[in-house]
Amino acid sequence: MSFWLIQSLNSLALGGVLFTLAAGFSLIFGLMRIANLSHGAYFMLGAYVGLSVVEAGHSFFLALLAAGVAIGLLGLVVERFILRRLAGNSLSQVLATLGVAFVIADGSLWFWGGDPRLVSAPSFLAGGIKIIGQTFPLYRVALVVFSIVVAIGLWLLLDKTKLGVMIRASVDDRQMAQGIGVPATKLFSIVFCLGSALAGIGGIAAAPILSVYPGLDADMLPLALVVVILGGLGSLLGAFVGSFLIGFIYSFGQALFPDLAYIILFLPMLIILAVRPRGLFGKISA
Amino acid sequence: MNRILFTIALILLLALPMITGGSYYTNLASQILIAAIFAMSLNLLVGYAGLTSLGHAGYLGLAAYISSWLMVNSGFSHISSALVGILSTTAIAGIFGLIALRATGISFLMITLAFGQILWGLAYRWVNITGGDNGISGLTRPSPFGIDLGEANNFYYFALLIFCIVWLLIAILVRSPFGATIRGTKDQPRRMSALGFNVWLIRWFTFTACGFFGAIGGIMFVYYHQYISPHSLSLANSAEMLLMVIAGGAGTLMGPVIGAALVMLLKNVASQYIDNWVTLLGLVFIFIVMYIPGGIVAGYDRFKNYLNVTK
Repeated sequence: MSFWLIQSLNSLALGGVLFTLAAGFSLIFGLMRIANLSHGAYFMLGAYVGLSVVEAGHSFFLALLAAGVAIGLLGLVVERFILRRLAGNSLSQVLATLGVAFVIADGSLWFWGGDPRLVSAPSFLAGGIKIIGQTFPLYRVALVVFSIVVAIGLWLLLDKTKLGVMIRASVDDRQMAQGIGVPATKLFSIVFCLGSALAGIGGIAAAPILSVYPGLDADMLPLALVVVILGGLGSLLGAFVGSFLIGFIYSFGQALFPDLAYIILFLPMLIILAVRPRGLFGKISA
Repeated sequence: MNRILFTIALILLLALPMITGGSYYTNLASQILIAAIFAMSLNLLVGYAGLTSLGHAGYLGLAAYISSWLMVNSGFSHISSALVGILSTTAIAGIFGLIALRATGISFLMITLAFGQILWGLAYRWVNITGGDNGISGLTRPSPFGIDLGEANNFYYFALLIFCIVWLLIAILVRSPFGATIRGTKDQPRRMSALGFNVWLIRWFTFTACGFFGAIGGIMFVYYHQYISPHSLSLANSAEMLLMVIAGGAGTLMGPVIGAALVMLLKNVASQYIDNWVTLLGLVFIFIVMYIPGGIVAGYDRFKNYLNVTK
């Protein structure tokens, strides 16, 4: 019984982490029609930036903030100086993001070294919490709560603000939206910056459970791809449901069939592609 | 004109071991030929069918792992393990194609990337079979007709022979009427469909052929290095192959070969001075995509036209 409960919590925590990664990826895809292949690298770089802040003796919250700001700014620079110059050619844009990913991955290896680094959770979240007679690690519970807060925040942003209306309009019909005066270029900058910042925050938030190591980017990027292919590109709800689905499949797969967890992870993606190529909640056909 | 150039290139390639003298450059030339096989095979999909794949290193891995495993663990001969490796890789490519071709464009790229990562994950984590991070070693090069391919010059000529065969087969394929239909599905899929061509089937065939030629490259790769590990299947390796195609010129016969030579030379020269090949790969990638999007062959043609116009 306790195995199932603990694994379920682990799944939820991983799902929450995946959501912070996949939500930005999905939004960027929905709006700009590009797969941001540097998203995994932003996640890792966010974790490393946060790590440095924590190691310099500052608080975990400052680390979260620093990771978000740093990676958000980086995203802004990449969007402004690389992607915008390739506007209209989405394949070139995707390949350019891949180039950015390599530079970040190799640069981090050079700067932070090749050993896995562990970030400890903030002290008030370090212990356990007792729920119906079972002790759960508190940080994982906090992670789940955090991802739900992020999800609600994003939903409010998209559903209740003028910015959200413009983003949704552009996702649904870009030409029409531009025709009635939605400033597409500005939206691209905002969404790319926001998505990058989310990935960076996700990276440091996940660091206490995943640790930080070279190759974290290559581990996370395929997970993000699977989540959005499963949930549907450009859909926030899809990213949410997909993240927790993959969180469960991956955690239980790893506990039950450690050799083949990676294969099991991709099975739902294959089934979805065969049955419903646009994903569970996708509006954009693949 | 082209025929003369072609003959000169062939003579140079044949005489290369005598020109270079040392085995270092001969080995580098062998590596370039093998890289060119990967680039040419990937070009079928990227250049002719217009489907950009980021999982090509997966075929290298499949063919190399299957044939190595059979040789080391089941005592297969070189010929039979190579044949089984190539055929099973082609079959797996056929199955992947069924799924990946549900999509085109960016989604296709994402799916092939995911496939590549599945294979990488398998190689890395299925330790009982693949040896995990240590990979499979203890392989030998074949010695057909008693010629020892362990010797650098002999291996170079072997690689040159295989390279020429693959080049010829791909040249025949893309210049055939069927090759024209492949290009048709890239430029005008709906019109091709209306004309009665089965666009999906043409794409699937190209996808599978890309896997077949990639598998040949995989066998050559494992013969050259006599070792295979998960690193050869990494996303960076797939991206390197794609860079060769794009840098040289997608959709041309010579482009990928030139691209392969450039990337391999750059990699070898750079690695003598810096450790950060992957950073350089990334920067070159961004540079090519931003400033020479059509590749060097197309860039050269444009440059020539520009000279003619200004004359």
